[in-house]
Amino acid sequence: MLDIQTQMFESQDIRFGPIDHEKDPEVEAKWTHDSEFMRLMETNPARPLSAAMIKKQYEKLEKQIEEDKNLYHFMIRAKADDRLIGKAVIQWIEWANGNGFVRLGIGSADDRRKGYGSQALQMLLRFAFAELNLFRASAIVAEYNEGAIALLHKFGFTQEVCRRKSLERDGRRWDLYVFGLLNEEWRDHAQAWAKEER
Amino acid sequence: MRDLFRGELVRFTLEEPETAAKADVRWQRDTEFHRLADSNPARLNSEKKIKEWMEKQIEKGFKPEQYFFSVRTLAEDKYIGFLGLWVDLIHREAWVGLGIGERDLWSKGYGTDMMKLCQQYVFAELGMERMSLGLFEYNPRALRSYEKCGFRLEGHSRQEVMREGKRYDALWMGILREEWLQMQNGDDK
Repeated sequence: MLDIQTQMFESQDIRFGPIDHEKDPEVEAKWTHDSEFMRLMETNPARPLSAAMIKKQYEKLEKQIEEDKNLYHFMIRAKADDRLIGKAVIQWIEWANGNGFVRLGIGSADDRRKGYGSQALQMLLRFAFAELNLFRASAIVAEYNEGAIALLHKFGFTQEVCRRKSLERDGRRWDLYVFGLLNEEWRDHAQAWAKEER
Repeated sequence: MRDLFRGELVRFTLEEPETAAKADVRWQRDTEFHRLADSNPARLNSEKKIKEWMEKQIEKGFKPEQYFFSVRTLAEDKYIGFLGLWVDLIHREAWVGLGIGERDLWSKGYGTDMMKLCQQYVFAELGMERMSLGLFEYNPRALRSYEKCGFRLEGHSRQEVMREGKRYDALWMGILREEWLQMQNGDDK
């Protein structure tokens, strides 16, 4: 049976939603003032931005989504009070080969270590493999991002590539890892989890 | 000082849009050339469109993150291919991609010579710390050439491309500045 009863954009504590152009810029601007978060999320240099700049970025982003057709972008919200807590993205999709890159972040330190990232990745992977029908998902992570590495392992990702010394931060060079998960591996993994829950 | 644009078999130049577009139209028809170079579906662009795209590029000028060379043989001064660099100035990493469109010149050392010349440019002129590239597992000729140039295989992205209904890995390689310098010293002895 086709599973149309299980909501694709809703889990226990969070849900995926579109951008709120009125309320979100202020929240996301705050995240850019947290250099630790920005260094986990981006390889571009961290820089504090204003709400107005984030608002512009959203407009650019929505235009890019419409034109390039290889990007899906979700805002992560807490179900309890609807506040913005992070974002989840599938980007650089190559439709002919069925692969794309997943990326997510929980913006405020208070919202981390509560299982939100795990719930978000579960929804993002279901979207990638059961809605977009991708063959594989990739993720790029810096060697110092231990939280992300643990999360990817938990979901069955394999570390496939070590791009030695690709990043320069704090006066030294760091490796970048590329992780990969195949559709069939995700299915096996999801089934094993479902059994455990029963 | 070394000549940055002259190797043992080839030299780097920049073709006029006219010549480049004519050759491109011919090269893009070659399925093997396309599939060795690119994971996206093949496209046949008109000579007019390619020319216009190049003219626009010249008008705008190259960005500081972007380098592009046309490649000619030293022996017959024949235009045979191209080489592009995408540079991350913050983390000092350069991504390289190259192609030889003239298939009767494959497997004759031209690609290796192009890559060696490019490495010299990346490390000795641009001051990069690292150079990266990707290729497909069904391209052992490229793999051998890149290994000869000192690139190390850093991993397989499993089953990343689909060709004729079958899936193949993408291979990722890299060389660090100190590895390149070591090779240079070894060559001089």
